[in-house]
Amino acid sequence: MFDQQTITMLLEGIRDTVYMTLISTLVGYILGLPMGVILAVTDKDGIRPNRAVYRILDVISNIIRSVPFLILLIVLIPFTRFVVGKSYGSTATIVPLVISAAPYIGRLVESSLKEVDKGVIEAARSMGASDLDIILRVMLVEARTSLITGATIALGTILGYSAMAGTVGGGGLGDIAVRYGYYRYQTDIMVVTVLLIIILFQIFQTTGMKIAKKVEKRK
Amino acid sequence: MALIELRGVSKVYEQPEGAVHALKDVNLEIERSDVYGIIGMSGAGKSTLVRCLNFLERPTEGEILIDGKNLATLSEKELRKQRSETGMIFQHFNLLMQKNVISNVCFPLRLLKVNKKEAEKRAMELLDLVGLSDKEKAYPAQLSGGQKQRVAIARALASSPKILLCDEATSALDPQTTESILQLLKQINKDLGITVVIITHQMSVVQEACNKVAIIENGQVAESGEVEKIFNAPKSKAGRRLIYGDESKVIREIENAPELHAKKKIRIVYSKNSAFEPVIADMILHFQTPVNILHAETRNVGGIAKGEMILGLPENRHIQVDMEYYLRERGLEIQEVEEDV
Repeated sequence: MFDQQTITMLLEGIRDTVYMTLISTLVGYILGLPMGVILAVTDKDGIRPNRAVYRILDVISNIIRSVPFLILLIVLIPFTRFVVGKSYGSTATIVPLVISAAPYIGRLVESSLKEVDKGVIEAARSMGASDLDIILRVMLVEARTSLITGATIALGTILGYSAMAGTVGGGGLGDIAVRYGYYRYQTDIMVVTVLLIIILFQIFQTTGMKIAKKVEKRK
Repeated sequence: MALIELRGVSKVYEQPEGAVHALKDVNLEIERSDVYGIIGMSGAGKSTLVRCLNFLERPTEGEILIDGKNLATLSEKELRKQRSETGMIFQHFNLLMQKNVISNVCFPLRLLKVNKKEAEKRAMELLDLVGLSDKEKAYPAQLSGGQKQRVAIARALASSPKILLCDEATSALDPQTTESILQLLKQINKDLGITVVIITHQMSVVQEACNKVAIIENGQVAESGEVEKIFNAPKSKAGRRLIYGDESKVIREIENAPELHAKKKIRIVYSKNSAFEPVIADMILHFQTPVNILHAETRNVGGIAKGEMILGLPENRHIQVDMEYYLRERGLEIQEVEEDV
């Protein structure tokens, strides 16, 4: 039903969307994981409470998360241009995606780590574990199911945001949907891109949940 | 020198509603190879006390000496080393739920940078000791409460500690499992020479496992000493309440029943063989005067029948004195019962 050119475009769209989503999630975790760990550790019932550090990260995270993504995308254009040299295309989209996702991921990690049983942490402490031992060998290990579930949620959210970035020339399936479906009234292409996004989402979700279930040893 | 020594230990928690004194001037000495029970009602401060012994809680005042070493003077690193020499087990076991049994037992050794092979070899020996050598690959969620506590004990012993702290370790277990865990703790004490400190609110645990006991009430030591002595003749109110139950209720019942009224009431504590001799019956035959048994209870303390009885004596003052003398002569301990017990 589509010509070769359209099919190639859709395939490239899938590739770009997967690329943006995975790289943004990865870099988002590089920033968000330590942030979440520090939030969980420095909170008042954490293993090393520190009001000042907690407040600073708390405020930064809340400010970024309170700006709607579409506006953040536009506000960050000069910064994006500074980092990647241009403000459109899939690589450029990674910059606002990461900045938006990192505090969100930080919160997901924080809440996963806070679920870890205080008794287990106390037991590790009684064996002579240092704070670093407790973070690396107890908290991150015991919370792994919840962390992977969180990563799956983050991946799905970032996929959605990457599609939104299409409205400002972000590349990927979202971009195609906006250009063809909205500006050119080619509803068939729009429907196909939406279906492709749904399928991608399902694949991410199913894979994530499968891994989470595999590492769950608590039941 | 005692292995564990507490000198004037106090702990105050600053709370918005005001300061809470969890411990007040606690002094205790725990000797090498003791199985030392610390008993008290919930909220008495015993959990805080045991956490002070490995500085999971820092006392607000006072000193804690382990083997003559004052814990407050240790650096962070030295304190971690000290903690690795003191094992601890908990009411809710606190195992790593995402790690299998052998990894749990290896955990303290891995913290000490022991290589994996050696750690696993040691872990297998310990699992053998606690009777779980076939469960090495199981995850904690697949084990029963008693088995989980056995894994926790193996884990606590992995770093070859001198002291094992047990914080309500049997409170979540049924009586049979409790019994088997206490047997294991006694065996560890005897065979490995590890000093065991048992925190509990159950009298039966102290009876079963401990040679010494401290009774804690409102953050203070009400009394302490050898289990048998304290069980025979508890001196403090807290001690009497724990050992005899709420006695004021018995006394009140006696007071409320006019037919049980007697001018003089004495409490007899039986010891050794006297429970098996008909002392009271002999006495009645001897004096040809009846006495009124107002309350009686027998229990088994470490294999010896012990108990107490409250007698209402006849009003004749001479007979009262003679009867008391008669009972004392036969090795019974006698205390006068007052209304405000």
